[in-house]
Amino acid sequence: MTKPHPEPVQVVKQRRDAALRALASCVPYNRFLGISFDRRGDELTGVLTFDDKLIGNPMLPALHGGVTAAFLETTAVMALSWEYLWDDFESGLIDVAQLEAGDLPRLPKTVDFTIDYLRSGLPRDAYARARITRLGRRYASVHAEAWQDNRSRPIAQGAGHFVMPERADRDDD
Amino acid sequence: MVDKTRIAKQFIELIPHAKALGLEILEIGNGEAEIVMPYGEHLVGNPKTGVIHGGAVSALMDTCCGAAVMCHPATPPSTATLDLRIDYMRGATPGQAVRARATCHHITRSVAFVRAEAFDDDPDSPVAAATGSFTVG
Repeated sequence: MTKPHPEPVQVVKQRRDAALRALASCVPYNRFLGISFDRRGDELTGVLTFDDKLIGNPMLPALHGGVTAAFLETTAVMALSWEYLWDDFESGLIDVAQLEAGDLPRLPKTVDFTIDYLRSGLPRDAYARARITRLGRRYASVHAEAWQDNRSRPIAQGAGHFVMPERADRDDD
Repeated sequence: MVDKTRIAKQFIELIPHAKALGLEILEIGNGEAEIVMPYGEHLVGNPKTGVIHGGAVSALMDTCCGAAVMCHPATPPSTATLDLRIDYMRGATPGQAVRARATCHHITRSVAFVRAEAFDDDPDSPVAAATGSFTVG
């Protein structure tokens, strides 16, 4: 018996990148803020592209705290959704074309989110990554961190709890 | 005191992101603020239901809490968020504006403590609640 031949790299990349793009850009609020995602394997990095309308303090100037909060929360939800939906994208259970047409699967819901503001956000691009600390059948806990010029000098960190969508075919915990 | 309220109101109205969200101050003064965010397609978090994104509610809450601190009689009219926790009780009804009301209930020489709630057209069931601490001076 021969092992099945691995899929060509372009096919894998095309499928995963299209799924990620569709998942991020079908949310109008993500487009309004200018949030997109970079992918390396299953690791996602949120990118907040700077725009003048993101300013919260025009004297400094600094990013609006609400923008930083929304960016961290969006990154946390995306990391969670990505982890949760990965198998369905890979198996083809979720059709990317349908996703691109705006037919979203059910996504995690935020219960609460807490943000620590560590430094003032400068008027330039920001990046964020999330770490899922626990993903259970019903609840998940996620931590996220945002930075700008220097990865070791985060501008904010956040942590939140989420309710996972109910799914009949999964009852592992 | 009236002057400080006026400065705070002017400052908030000059915030580019507050303008982008269409925020409007309904009431401000004595450590309390009420701000409304009109419904908008660009704020939608779920295109299937039209429910506003939690992040937009966070931005409204942050602005409203900051406004409550800035108009408190015991602070200089400038502040920054130290931390903010938001509880999301339910999705705001699509098509309805979200109204936040914040109270700066305690203040020390260095920190201001704030509580806030957000409602849509149903005054009996809050959409979200927030607690935060802000820098003073």
